[in-house]
Amino acid sequence: MFDTVLIANRGEIACRVMETARAMGLRCVAVYSEADAGAKHVAMADEAVCIGGAAPAESYLRGERIIEAALATGAGAIHPGYGFLSENPDFVEAVEAAGLVFVGPGAAAIRAMGLKDAAKRLMHEAGVPVVPGYHGEAQDARFLAGEAEAIGYPVLIKAVAGGGGKGMRLVERAEAFADALKSAQAEARGAFGNEAVLIEKFVSKPRHIEVQVFGDGTRAVHLFERDCSLQRRHQKVIEEAPAPGMTQEMRQAMGAAAVRAAEAIGYKGAGTIEFIVDGSRGLRPDGFWFMEMNTRLQVEHPVTEAITGIDLVEWQLRVAAGEPLPMAQEELGITGHAFEARLYAEDVPAGFLPATGRLARLAFPSDVRADSGVRSGDVISPHYDPMIAKLIVHGPTREIALRKLARGLAQTQVAGTVTNLAFLGALARHPGFARGEVDTGLIGRDITALTEAPAAPAAVLAQAALSAAGLWQGDAPHRGFALWEPLARSVTLRHAGEEIVATLRVMAPDRIEVALGESRVLAERMGGAWRLDGRPAAALFREGGEITVFAEGGQVFELVDPLERAAEASGGNLIEAPMPGRVVSVHAEAGQPVSAGDRLAVLEAMKMEHTLTAWRDGVVAEVLVTAGAQVEAGAALMRLEDEAEDAA
Amino acid sequence: MKLASTAIPSSEGFTANRAAHLEALETVRAAAELAAEGGGARSRERHLSRGKMLPRERVANLLDPGSPFLEIGATAAHGMYDGAAPAAGVIAGIGRVNGREVMVVCNDATVKGGTYYPMSVKKHLRAQEIAEENRLPCVYLVDSGGANLPNQDEVFPDRDHFGRIFYNQARMSAKNIPQIAVVMGSCTAGGAYVPAMSDVTIIVKEQGTIFLAGPPLVKAATGEVVSAEDLGGGDVHTRLSGVADYLAEDDAHALALARRAVGSLGGMAGAGLVRETPEAPAYDPEEILGVVPGDLRTPYDIREVIARLVDGSRFDEFKPRYGETLVTGFAHVDGWPVGIIANNGVLFSEAAQKGAHFIELCSQRRTPLIFLQNITGFMVGRKYENEGIARHGAKMVTAVATTSVPKITMLVGGSFGAGNYGMAGRAYQPRFLWSWPNSRISVMGGEQAAGVLATVKRDAIERGGGDWSAEDEAEFKRPTIEMFERQSHPLYASARLWDDGIVDPRKSREVLALSLSASLNAPIEETRFGVFRM
Repeated sequence: MFDTVLIANRGEIACRVMETARAMGLRCVAVYSEADAGAKHVAMADEAVCIGGAAPAESYLRGERIIEAALATGAGAIHPGYGFLSENPDFVEAVEAAGLVFVGPGAAAIRAMGLKDAAKRLMHEAGVPVVPGYHGEAQDARFLAGEAEAIGYPVLIKAVAGGGGKGMRLVERAEAFADALKSAQAEARGAFGNEAVLIEKFVSKPRHIEVQVFGDGTRAVHLFERDCSLQRRHQKVIEEAPAPGMTQEMRQAMGAAAVRAAEAIGYKGAGTIEFIVDGSRGLRPDGFWFMEMNTRLQVEHPVTEAITGIDLVEWQLRVAAGEPLPMAQEELGITGHAFEARLYAEDVPAGFLPATGRLARLAFPSDVRADSGVRSGDVISPHYDPMIAKLIVHGPTREIALRKLARGLAQTQVAGTVTNLAFLGALARHPGFARGEVDTGLIGRDITALTEAPAAPAAVLAQAALSAAGLWQGDAPHRGFALWEPLARSVTLRHAGEEIVATLRVMAPDRIEVALGESRVLAERMGGAWRLDGRPAAALFREGGEITVFAEGGQVFELVDPLERAAEASGGNLIEAPMPGRVVSVHAEAGQPVSAGDRLAVLEAMKMEHTLTAWRDGVVAEVLVTAGAQVEAGAALMRLEDEAEDAA
Repeated sequence: MKLASTAIPSSEGFTANRAAHLEALETVRAAAELAAEGGGARSRERHLSRGKMLPRERVANLLDPGSPFLEIGATAAHGMYDGAAPAAGVIAGIGRVNGREVMVVCNDATVKGGTYYPMSVKKHLRAQEIAEENRLPCVYLVDSGGANLPNQDEVFPDRDHFGRIFYNQARMSAKNIPQIAVVMGSCTAGGAYVPAMSDVTIIVKEQGTIFLAGPPLVKAATGEVVSAEDLGGGDVHTRLSGVADYLAEDDAHALALARRAVGSLGGMAGAGLVRETPEAPAYDPEEILGVVPGDLRTPYDIREVIARLVDGSRFDEFKPRYGETLVTGFAHVDGWPVGIIANNGVLFSEAAQKGAHFIELCSQRRTPLIFLQNITGFMVGRKYENEGIARHGAKMVTAVATTSVPKITMLVGGSFGAGNYGMAGRAYQPRFLWSWPNSRISVMGGEQAAGVLATVKRDAIERGGGDWSAEDEAEFKRPTIEMFERQSHPLYASARLWDDGIVDPRKSREVLALSLSASLNAPIEETRFGVFRM
């Protein structure tokens, strides 16, 4: 067996692979881009090699550099992780040609599954159910109606050249087929100049259930299913295993189909067979169809690990080293239930825009598995996927595991960037999800409620205010002392685009009343820990003027410094002559937008030329002088106005 | 050595004492609350509607969050001017700005437009005196219409009247005690000199005005019609006249600018005393209310109080076996070394000599002095006069008057007659003088005073062959007793700024600590005593 493995990846998966490899006594080699020189996976490795620039095409996708690095560091194997080169058959061949072991399937298996249509045909031949449909060239209406009948209603008519829902019709009953076909063809002709359609089985409440398989090149076993139905625009958000509502019969059917699929292509290593499942009438053995196979380790593999107790990376490395499958199918079983939530740096209210930032603080509760490629102080850069971590929980029942997930998310601390924590928290508390009523449309249907920015409760505002005032930590001598009436000081915070004024009245060193408009919160410190209206305070992090309270998905506050605010407001709209002189030139005209620092006019006085600049962004409202004019000190030369005024 | 208390908190006496103190405290608390409200609800509303912060809010926002505020004259003018001037229309006290102790003097425009009553002037001057003695930078939050015209005779002409404010500013500035003014409202006539005489002046835009004569007076004098803003607003003074240095957007901005100005002052050398790690007293200061009798006439051991004020309740008593009615010794308060002089009965010659001796020791060692005053006076009678108690008393008074170490006096009981002098009463210029709610101050007790007057009258009546019944005598004495009773009350005293304020006895330790801390901003000069009558 090889004694050194190179991990051709970055982030959490690189770290995850290294952990197991390290536990198996292997030496680990990391590769990294210039942007990742200080990354966690580099720090973890025994040796690290820089393979190029920040862009993946200049580094993590450069197979030849990676192979060179492996050879140079004495690595015997390359683990590709997921993404990047993990499903690139050319890379697999190159690795093998270099005399190295590729930890994963052979190039042929990857190619077989790489072309979706070909893969479906292959699977159909292997006896794996695929979504019934007609993709042929015959377009006769009677013929198509017959095909629809054979597929079984409801069916979907789709324009072959289609997209964006144009030329698409859902047909529930045979009687409606002819009319629907006509209108679909007409629309397709109009939109694409091609009226050809295809017909597919319509799955009315689709669920995404996948089966983890593991092969040694000839034989394969399955490690049960994962349900990944909680998706937003085809992006998995929360995965779980086993699938809610799964029956023994269905599991056996799906497992057997998955094993058939893997064995049909002589699969080696970890892979996943994705199925679409009709969830409208409960899970039935005749209601699942092959979608595609992922010929790599999946992001969500930890939920399978949690319920089977198996380390999939360990199996990958052992099988890659030539061992047979470590366990037989009969030896595998399920214990309890597991969830995984994907924590991203993203701006949920802004439409899930990827976010960046320095993670001033990153901490996870100790009772969840957190797979992360970043640490406190690391940067989420725009170069790569903005995933911060995967939180994995396991419990004896689904209910318990889900509670642990909600609690784990609530206790996760991220400061320095916006995250989807609140969104994940809302999902973990979603009543339908709690009942196991999952399908791929769940998030879309409730998106408004799920993405609503949670309002900060008064207690959270209060603790942010106390932190802003410097009263949260430490204990200045004689804090808040007053002979009789305690003074009340205000602090202003910016939060969710609004300014909040909190008034703090220190009643005693460890007792402070916080007034927020009409509401009052009493903060009391006992044994060094603050309580707000009697309830324990959330954790809090402050860096500079930015305060993050780790509640409701992380609430961010910014201390408003009156000096800065006033600086923005200072200055009038008039550009005046600082001294008597002659206007040499005028560089702006009415209606012209200007930026702070732009040159507006030049004045000659006392044998010197004075450049008058805009002190802020705005629009020139009026020019009050012309070049050559003699002006007095304080004479108005130009008037600015706000861009907003101009727009109005 | 650690003091041992003999108090039993569950005892009847303890409970009764506590009840009496709480009652006295409640009276003062109510007065303080009234004073803190400033002008009535209507004027507060009007003030707020102009976008201004209320004066106590201004003080709070000037100070560091959580800063202690050692308020001076919190109940000044209480019961005076028909209650028209709560806190005398001025808030004054010591707090921290960017970690540095400063004296804040803030006009309360909700009280008669912030105009100066006689007590307002006295309070302002007292605050300046404290600042000067202790070298505390001054921040004036100005919002005042100037002198209160109906009271002009008691405000304007005399030495310690309005003009003294600017005299003090100039003198302090000369001593490198920074003077900073924030103009947050009117600064009219004489008031205009507060910002003008300051080292640094900040003015709030479209809110602060500075002028020698306001628009009405200008119109009357010259016929010129001009708005207040054009006459002396922030824009004018920061751009044209140069009377002010910084233009602030609003109160919050102005206070932030003042904080920045203080922040850039740099540190002070101070007294350079070595401070030990502060330690709480072994006995709870809360128990002071139980160990001190509710009735002034009941004697008790002052060490019970000392045990509840000093670090670790440790007291290194000096000369404990001599002149026992005066307790002297060394201790630490909040880590600062102090010498304590406390009464344990009437002063005899030995006690006075011991006091003078102890003050000499503390002066030599530059140790600040704390006087716990509960004194009915020096002993009277032939024996004592003949042995020269006046001479021995004079030694103590000379020592108190001429020592250079900071003196902090706390009236914890009676303050009568010449005892007041020997124990650093107001005339002896302690850096701070605080009173407990149960304390009483007058030249002698009301009974004694009435008795003296009655004796004189009885002699006259009887000389004329008349007769004076006991009822008539009692009737004669009653108004005098009542007058003394009223005038010796700490609220009466504090209203007239005979002290710096009334304190809750349970907060005495903190008050002493903050007073010491403020005092130690100034270096301790070499002491030169006067001639001791030996």
